[in-house]
Amino acid sequence: MSENRNLLRGETGDWEVVVGLEVHAQVLSVTKLFSGASAAYGAGPNENVSLVDAAMPGMLPVLNKYCVEQAIKTGLGLNAKVNTWSRFDRKNYFYPDLPQGYQISQYKDPIVGEGEIEVELDADRTIKVGIERLHLEQDAGKSIHDLSPKESYVDLNRSGVALMEIVSKPELRSAEEAAAYFSKLRTILRYLGTCDGNMDQGSMRADVNVSVCRAGNYEKFRETGDFSYLGTRTETKNINSIRFVRQVVDYEARRQIQVLESGGEIDQETRLFNVKTGETRTMRSKEDAHDYRYFPDPDLLPLTFSEEFVEEIRARLPELPDAKKHRFMEEYGLSGYDAAVLVADKDKADYFEKVAKGRDGKLASSWVTTELFGLLNKEGREITDSPISAEQLGSLIDLIQDKTISGKIAKQIFELMLDEDAGKDPKDIVEERGLKQVTDTGALEAAADKIIAANPEQVAKVKDKPKALGWFVGQVMKETGGKANPQAVNEILKKKLGVE
Amino acid sequence: MTDLTTKTIAELREGLGKREFSAVEVTDAYLQRAESAAALNAYVRLTPEKAKAQAELSDQRIADAEARPLEGIPLGIKDLFCTEGIETNAASHILDGFVPPYESTVSANLLADGAVFLGKLNLDEFAMGSSNETSYYGPVINPWRREGEDTKLTPGGSSGGSSAAVAARLCAGATATDTGGSIRQPASLTGTVGIKPTYGRCSRWGIVAFASSLDQAGPIARDVRDAAILLTSMAGHDPKDSTSIDRPVPDYEKALEGGVKGLKIGIPKEYRLDGMNAEIDAIWQKGADLLKAQGAEIVEVSLPLTKYALPVYYIVAPAEASSNLARYDGVKYGLRVHDDNIDEMYSKTRAAGFGKEVQRRLMIGTYVLSAGYYDAYYLRAQRVRKKIADEMAKVFEEVDLLLTPSSPSAAFGLGEKSSDPLEMYLNDVFTVTANLAGVPGISVPAGLDAQGLPLGLQLIAPAFGEETMLRGAAALEEAIGFDAQPTEWWK
Repeated sequence: MSENRNLLRGETGDWEVVVGLEVHAQVLSVTKLFSGASAAYGAGPNENVSLVDAAMPGMLPVLNKYCVEQAIKTGLGLNAKVNTWSRFDRKNYFYPDLPQGYQISQYKDPIVGEGEIEVELDADRTIKVGIERLHLEQDAGKSIHDLSPKESYVDLNRSGVALMEIVSKPELRSAEEAAAYFSKLRTILRYLGTCDGNMDQGSMRADVNVSVCRAGNYEKFRETGDFSYLGTRTETKNINSIRFVRQVVDYEARRQIQVLESGGEIDQETRLFNVKTGETRTMRSKEDAHDYRYFPDPDLLPLTFSEEFVEEIRARLPELPDAKKHRFMEEYGLSGYDAAVLVADKDKADYFEKVAKGRDGKLASSWVTTELFGLLNKEGREITDSPISAEQLGSLIDLIQDKTISGKIAKQIFELMLDEDAGKDPKDIVEERGLKQVTDTGALEAAADKIIAANPEQVAKVKDKPKALGWFVGQVMKETGGKANPQAVNEILKKKLGVE
Repeated sequence: MTDLTTKTIAELREGLGKREFSAVEVTDAYLQRAESAAALNAYVRLTPEKAKAQAELSDQRIADAEARPLEGIPLGIKDLFCTEGIETNAASHILDGFVPPYESTVSANLLADGAVFLGKLNLDEFAMGSSNETSYYGPVINPWRREGEDTKLTPGGSSGGSSAAVAARLCAGATATDTGGSIRQPASLTGTVGIKPTYGRCSRWGIVAFASSLDQAGPIARDVRDAAILLTSMAGHDPKDSTSIDRPVPDYEKALEGGVKGLKIGIPKEYRLDGMNAEIDAIWQKGADLLKAQGAEIVEVSLPLTKYALPVYYIVAPAEASSNLARYDGVKYGLRVHDDNIDEMYSKTRAAGFGKEVQRRLMIGTYVLSAGYYDAYYLRAQRVRKKIADEMAKVFEEVDLLLTPSSPSAAFGLGEKSSDPLEMYLNDVFTVTANLAGVPGISVPAGLDAQGLPLGLQLIAPAFGEETMLRGAAALEEAIGFDAQPTEWWK
């Protein structure tokens, strides 16, 4: 059984780790969830703040319909149940960057219920991860503590920005699975266009819930639904990279096993992650937990819409990564692994498809994944920032496919497009630089004759060792400046040298 | 020249239209009268310069034959309505110095119709109270006195400034708000007319929130016609308030003529309380007889859940208030009591900024929403509220209107009930049901008690039944012929 793979060895026996993720994804929207203020990132302090966001007396929230559509779209993308009746609740607590003194969220009746997604771990392993729910809520503002030794400042630009909180079921069984799930979720949201997934700007962040239990107990939990088979969990807040998710799970699992094995207990607590040390530490214990006094927000009516509205949105859904992967395999003859690599990032998949459309899919895949991605990796650039456009690369592949140039010349042209011939169409580069492959047999025969005449001892050798033919091919290629068609040269030489 | 402040809004409208007097003259007359009535403490803030400028503009528009429905009519605005550029405190210390950069939708509607604003009217702090005694700016004094006494009486609350100002003719009409009876009870105690419209009829945008699911703005005026004129202007759909209802606003003044012939009016027997004031009972009976004499059919009806209305109200309203008032934290505007520790700053600011009654309600509200108590209090109260609304809807399948007293007593002396919050809360006993059910109610003066104090009767209508309600109110008003005035002891 596959669960053995995830066992962690302790001093006193084997343990299993159980992980659930609560991911906060900022809804891609021009304006905020309940106000007309801009939701754009990067404005000056308090520039994107409406009277509602600042909680002026008598101000009322008005729900942004587009954000609702985005949440529905995301629910559909997560293969989840969309609730046509949901409700907003107030979560009450005091904090300077929470101007209303409450956050408008969805507590008991979220807009999206249970769903499930497929997560690829590697070329051979795919797992299914359950989604518990998705709800809409407001973001808080930002407190800034380092501008003055005695005072804190508050920037309300984020206050009221729409977030989707996507809660997984506790079905992730390792750091690897948690990281892969987070990454896949990001891919899906970016495909849907419902979140930009920019983690460094805080558009996506995860609260990582980790617990450990004795080997075998998770299986019992799955059979019975009885949470007492699982260990006490800790929640580590605001993790904003896939790598950190992995670190948190690894660290917490090890720490919890150590505590338990030395006779201690795990406190149900909120923890913070230190990116420098890779460790977590207590932020708030259960005793200090807030009583949020959730209750339905009386300023807002229950959120209702029709099944038809949901179906209209479903009809407009873009192709999602799993569907695209399968189509790439079928349409372009790619391997599952190559296709998965390409679809992991929608921009990369789009780039590939532009290059591959109407061309040899495998050739296109090889050029995109090997040459181009290699280059981008080396230079630390994004696909959207590629120095070579999909049109250019496509045109280059055309030249290879119709035998105008050889693969070797193509690589040369690829290099030129990065440098002195940047932005040029490969066809023009071939013309200007006279790189066209020589298939004119007359010229090739002349070159072959010349080499044969100048190298009698090699000619003698090739009669016994046909493999030495390669040396002649190389010489002819050299003579023609690499422009000769290698197959044609091969044929001519075989004939002339009488090699089979 | 006659005293312009004796004219109703309808009369002013006519006289201004005929150029018998100017808007500036009317406004000056009211400002003068208001300034000489400081003893009533009805206004927390007069804005004479703004008022005069608005009146001048009104005269210009009248001259240009561009008069709007309320052109040049001087109104007082309850200080719960945010008014652009004019300090708004909700009678709370915690909103010290707060000047809204925006105008509430209701007051903006009145301005757009040409009204002149004389100033901001006193109220119970955050509209929490039934006697106007919780105001940070001190209580309003009722212009009415018991015959032969000079005991200071309450004008009711929370819209005590509005009711007193209308009764003493310190404005032609006033805006008010009603969460559990805050328009109808003060109207009853001052011999004025007050309408609490259907929930969602008037926008709540820009009104300092007390209990969002109950708050509703409405007018207090001298007679039913004036109240109808003001409501026509105040009401309307507002996309900025998600709970406001998109439904055309009729000309409520046109509804007054219908009479009550053929209307079925219910007398809910549960409103006849044990130990009820006999005078109120008598006036209630008199009202029913008068309506019957005009052709209405009077029937007894039963609303058995009535006794739960007050307890439900005192769970729901504080719960919502505890959350609505969380924004007054000393961080953004209003009062801040400094401390280096943020939690201490919150505590000190809120302890200093909120009065005792507000603190009491915030604590009740916080309690009923707390883990472990939510189901027993808040959730149960919401369920009962739903049943009360259903029961109310059901009774309106039988009758067109309900007739009840507006308040359980006439105006009482300041300090008489303020030491006992529960007794104070009983003031809302006849009015809260309409708030819980979201239906409209109106209080109409019905006579004077033996001590010479006014008493009101209430008509309740089904949701958006304001026109029928006004028909009944106009008929009742005419039949009663209430024309008593308080003696002007305060001048």
